[in-house]
Amino acid sequence: MSAFERRSIISGIGQSAVGRRLGRSGVDLTIEASLAAIADAGLDVADIDGLATYPGASPGGEAFSGPSSPEIQDALRLKVNWHSGGLEGPAQLAAVVNAVLAVGAGLANHVLVYRTVTEASAQGAGGRAGIGVGGAGADSIATKGIGGVLQWSIPFRAYSPAIWLALVAQRHFHTYGTTSEQLAQIALNQRRNAAENPNAVYREPLTLDDYFASRMIATPFHLFDCDAPVDGSTAFVVSRAEHASALDHAAVGIESVGTALKGRPSWDQFDDMTTMAARDAGAMVWTRTELTPADVDVAELYDGFSFLTMVWLEALGFCGKGESGAFVEGGTRIALDGALPVNTHGGQLSAGRLHGFGHIHEACVQLRGEGGARQVAGAEVAAVANGGGPIGGAMLLVRER
Amino acid sequence: MSDETQFDDRFRVPPALDETNRFFWTSGADGRLRFLRCAACGYWLHPPSPWCPECGGRDVAPEAVSGRGVVHSVTVNHQAWDGDQTPYAVALVELDEQAGLRLTTNIVGVDPELVTIDDRVHVVFEQRGDVYYPLFELDPDPAPAFRPDPDRNSDR
Repeated sequence: MSAFERRSIISGIGQSAVGRRLGRSGVDLTIEASLAAIADAGLDVADIDGLATYPGASPGGEAFSGPSSPEIQDALRLKVNWHSGGLEGPAQLAAVVNAVLAVGAGLANHVLVYRTVTEASAQGAGGRAGIGVGGAGADSIATKGIGGVLQWSIPFRAYSPAIWLALVAQRHFHTYGTTSEQLAQIALNQRRNAAENPNAVYREPLTLDDYFASRMIATPFHLFDCDAPVDGSTAFVVSRAEHASALDHAAVGIESVGTALKGRPSWDQFDDMTTMAARDAGAMVWTRTELTPADVDVAELYDGFSFLTMVWLEALGFCGKGESGAFVEGGTRIALDGALPVNTHGGQLSAGRLHGFGHIHEACVQLRGEGGARQVAGAEVAAVANGGGPIGGAMLLVRER
Repeated sequence: MSDETQFDDRFRVPPALDETNRFFWTSGADGRLRFLRCAACGYWLHPPSPWCPECGGRDVAPEAVSGRGVVHSVTVNHQAWDGDQTPYAVALVELDEQAGLRLTTNIVGVDPELVTIDDRVHVVFEQRGDVYYPLFELDPDPAPAFRPDPDRNSDR
């Protein structure tokens, strides 16, 4: 019996304008990306019979969450047989995996999947807000207190994933001898790649001296280890595999997904603080395919912070546990012309925080051979990872012949 | 000597107290730190949960711990999230009572740059109203015999 993944393809991709402060609504950006993806798939709006997003309406606020799926269904007047949204699951990849499951199960033929952020406009001219201080709902939290899982971090002034992940990185540095010079190579590599991506928000050269001169956020993270909030929307159409023959470009196949989570989903209780959830999602990918890490041509690995990309390099088996520092040392191995080109569009550090969907989009661009100056020659297999920390998801995408 | 002025007047977002967490956040009133513990097998549960994953026991209740532990990881925060420009140490402290029983907390009373992984620490409480925030200070005389093996498999 063939895996459910093989019953679907990504038939169309679309991306709106991406920028630091576009001043456009999330619905407007989503429509732009969605219409592009639907046209790219050779379809009309009326052909879409499924809808999925990550997360849609959520406590994170509109700028983070993007429009809800009912808003987009209504705006496009979609008639769907299946629809889904939500914050829980294998990170941002949940929306794509859900769509692939729905198509594989026969609930829909063509699912529109989108992720939209307007975090740059929401941030305005000020700095990036921490949770419970200065951000959405902060006044209410200051008087009523903070509940749920955040009560175990926010009262200790650990206001941001920057701090939570810094603790993971520090443990990795301590255990394996990883260095800041090695970590810097993630930011430097991606800035070099962004120079070849016209849609990236930061394209000017970045040197190691610039990196170390940038202000410290939380040791070991400098400013350039943190991703750049943007406004933008990314959309895909996930279709039945039979639709591949109707396309005027290569279809992108879903080879395998990694959705596992076997440790405690917690920033402080996970059994191995140097890997966290990426370990389980990354391992699962290889249980559902004959391919091996050596077969991967490009790796688009989540980088909300630079260190997460290193975590995913280990979790997906591109290097041994604890060896990501040595793997990225000097930056040549992960460069566009290296053995494993990583975050070829610039990642969220330089291309902008499209929150996981930018990585999926770039994997499709590379597999379709549409990367222009940043195209990796002959790319046929791409690894994609989203999230990291207490949740994560991964998948292998392949160019269909 | 701890320099209490380093942290006493800082802003803190309070926890929202409810029936499941009140014991934890008010525990410091008598100077002791408490976690839920399974009456049947002795496993410590954190965050609070009504079912013991070790033995399936349902009889769990707050019990005091020694308040001693080790720094599992530590970062020095420099970003002025709450308006305060002074760097401070956020740490994961693993309690002596059980491998993996950890708190995110602050190491206080010391230059944050001097805190390192594997340092021995003990709990101190910062009271604000009903809430006693469990923070940690470095032990004055670290006892090497109690340090965990720095072997790379120690994370497992």
